[in-house]
Amino acid sequence: MQLAVLAGFVVAGLTPWLHRVAGARTPLLLALLPAAIVGWLLQHWSLLAGGGALMLEQAWVPALDITLTFRLDGLAWLFACLIAAIGVLVLVYTGGYLRGHPDLPRFLAVLMAFMMSMLGLVLADNLVALFVFWELTSLTSYLLIGFRHTDPLARQAALQGLLVTAGGGLALLVGFVLLAEAGGSWSLAELASRGEAIRGHVLYLPLLVAILIGAFTKSAQFPFHFWLPNAMVAPTPVSAYLHSATMVKAGIYLLARLHPALSGTSAWTLGLALIGGVTLLLGAVMALRQTNLKLMLAYSTVMALGTMTLLLGIGTRAALAACLVFLLAHAFYKGALFLVAGILDVMTGTLDVTAMGGLRRLLPWTALTAAVAALSLAGLPPMLGFVAKEALFGALLEAGGTGWVAVVAVTLAAGLTLSVAAIVAIRPFLGPLRDPPRRPRGTPPALLVGPALLAALSLLTGVAPGLFDELVTVTLAGLGASGEALHLVPWHGVGGPLALSLAGLVLGVAVFLRWESVRARLVDVLAPLVARGPEVWHSTLGWRTLQLAHWQTRILQNGHLRTYLVTILMAWLGLVGHALLVRHGSLSWPGSAWQAHELVVAALMAAGALTACMVRSRLAAVAALGSMGFSIALTFVLFSAPDLAITQLLVETLTVVLLALVLFRLPHFTVLSTPLQRWRDLGVAALVGALITTLMLAVLGGERLPSVSHYMVANGQPLGHGHNLVNVILVDFRALDTLGEVFVLALAAVGVYAMLCFRAEEAGHG
Amino acid sequence: MEAVLAVTIGILFAAAIYMLLRRSIVKLVIGLILLSNAANLLIFVTAGLERGAPPLVPRGMAAPAWAVADPLPQALVLTAIVISFGVLSFAVVLVRRAWELVRTDDLDHLQDTDR
Repeated sequence: MQLAVLAGFVVAGLTPWLHRVAGARTPLLLALLPAAIVGWLLQHWSLLAGGGALMLEQAWVPALDITLTFRLDGLAWLFACLIAAIGVLVLVYTGGYLRGHPDLPRFLAVLMAFMMSMLGLVLADNLVALFVFWELTSLTSYLLIGFRHTDPLARQAALQGLLVTAGGGLALLVGFVLLAEAGGSWSLAELASRGEAIRGHVLYLPLLVAILIGAFTKSAQFPFHFWLPNAMVAPTPVSAYLHSATMVKAGIYLLARLHPALSGTSAWTLGLALIGGVTLLLGAVMALRQTNLKLMLAYSTVMALGTMTLLLGIGTRAALAACLVFLLAHAFYKGALFLVAGILDVMTGTLDVTAMGGLRRLLPWTALTAAVAALSLAGLPPMLGFVAKEALFGALLEAGGTGWVAVVAVTLAAGLTLSVAAIVAIRPFLGPLRDPPRRPRGTPPALLVGPALLAALSLLTGVAPGLFDELVTVTLAGLGASGEALHLVPWHGVGGPLALSLAGLVLGVAVFLRWESVRARLVDVLAPLVARGPEVWHSTLGWRTLQLAHWQTRILQNGHLRTYLVTILMAWLGLVGHALLVRHGSLSWPGSAWQAHELVVAALMAAGALTACMVRSRLAAVAALGSMGFSIALTFVLFSAPDLAITQLLVETLTVVLLALVLFRLPHFTVLSTPLQRWRDLGVAALVGALITTLMLAVLGGERLPSVSHYMVANGQPLGHGHNLVNVILVDFRALDTLGEVFVLALAAVGVYAMLCFRAEEAGHG
Repeated sequence: MEAVLAVTIGILFAAAIYMLLRRSIVKLVIGLILLSNAANLLIFVTAGLERGAPPLVPRGMAAPAWAVADPLPQALVLTAIVISFGVLSFAVVLVRRAWELVRTDDLDHLQDTDR
């Protein structure tokens, strides 16, 4: 299985070459891979049906306990099947949708990479591996939203989506680290069995909040929902696949996966139910405000995601079962409807429902597909959507208590969703024929096969939902809600759920009939709210962050060497000075007594340095530097370092010659700074000098560690065959250092020579 | 004597830093010279001073018969002196080249890469 996923990434990378060879057949060829994965999954179902799980372990970073372990259990199987199967249909659809598009290979490559990341996400058992795949899906989503990169809107939406989901990803990483700390393991399977310990841990609340932020950003929950509708600028296969059927469900997957480990506390129930409830109402209301087909569907996806979050928050066995059925139903009908929207876009050149009408005569099969899928979206029998809605209402009614708030909210949302479904299915296809920007002519089969199959699945599984009995039961057992086998039936009979469905139906039909005026009212009422909504917070935050970055760059990175130096020196002064004060309360006045001539040498040195700073004449400065250098050489002589003295003398002579040769071609010293600046610099310089002196006194007065050079002193003659120990060290004991030094000098010489020659050449040409 | 030299080295460092903070590029070079000399002396003095005991082995002997100055810091400083000369010569030629090209001594005028 790891092999399949990793091979998928390789295939993604090879797609451009494949496209060069296979041309327009590439999407079909690529679809073979997910098709094979579906086959493999179906073949291995029997292993899982008994309640087992398939572990495929592969060490990755063993030192950090990170493994690339894939674990196939009910939940992973369900998601993997959805990803791979819808992936096949979307690839086939893409072949028709982007036929002849010059960037088709790039699109397919990223789509394949996404598919594999998503598979890795649902199969990974290790938290770190899951996180890596999670971020990969964010990245590929960014690339796919921004596919039409010449459009500034697409770039903006892509960036917004990336910032929101990747920002949530960071929170998720924090949550994962805390979770591993609290649960004592990086393995999801092990964490699932340690729920008690995790919920009782002191870190439980922070880790829950961090993980919920990660999941909510990915699954477009309030207040992070705004990126999803904006992401609709992506090509329709992406909207159908990433932003409806799979990627946005990653958050739902994660919450379901961590359900055994984290659920059951009031924080979990309240957080999920509240956010889910707000999101589902918001999605349903905002959907009616739109006229763009894809935006309506996007908001209804937000509504569906909110519903699933709410159900996970309630967390009873019935609620979990309803969540799974709803997930399946939504993947089928929403995938189909998005693909239908894409067909309308390609065929008519518009997505505005108010500009379409009567298309059933021109696009009969598309109309039929849309009608079937919309029935499921509306939650009407005999579709899977109906089964899901009945289960949903059943779970809500069973939960009791304050669940009635949720019941009201969901009934409202169900009614509004029904009207959305009616608008999507009826407005473009029924009524008198309106003239769209482009006149459609028969749908190509490549476009139609995907949505038609998905719509057919909605119908088939709606009539026979028992097909999912085993899957749902096994998955529930994996989520820690085992019990007797579940039986899904197409018709529940008359009862509470049906009554709520009917209430929703009445509301939905009423809203649909008066949609135009309802929409106008909604636009008016919501406009001020949207103008102050989370999307504005997000853009303001981004804008402010940029401002802050500009500001701090201006202050800290202003390009003046002296500002950098002063910053570094002041930091150094503060840190070292503080450490010195803390460690050494008092300073001694260490060292041997001085002799008069030594004092003279030291005074000459200091005088030379100070003179070099103060004189206006360059010649005087060079002379002062020279006198300082020679005083240093004298110091070396006085204190037993003849080799240093010789070297210093040579180098000093050369330096004076070099300065004399070059410096006098340079301008005279000029005064460029103000007196205030000079005093400030003098202050910094004096502080640094004082600290250096203090440090030296502290070091000299402190305890001496034994020198490391005893070996060199004892063995210089016997092993190095030299009488001058310094020379022996340089050419023998530390010969490699000297070799490095020779290289540095050679490089400097080459540099000097090159710069001098360059000038000559230029002069020759000039 | 160590204490006296410590103060002297402090003065050298202060002078070096002051020159490094100037806007004139030639003064920057002078600051560089001061800084390398000060650093060399710092290493030399901190290792401890010995009078009249150079690290030499008399002829016919395997090791010095009396305590000599530590040869290792001397070797390190010797390397440092030579390296700092390499750096200095490169810097000086570079400054001259910059002067020829942009005709300014002011570091603030060198900020624009377009010139």
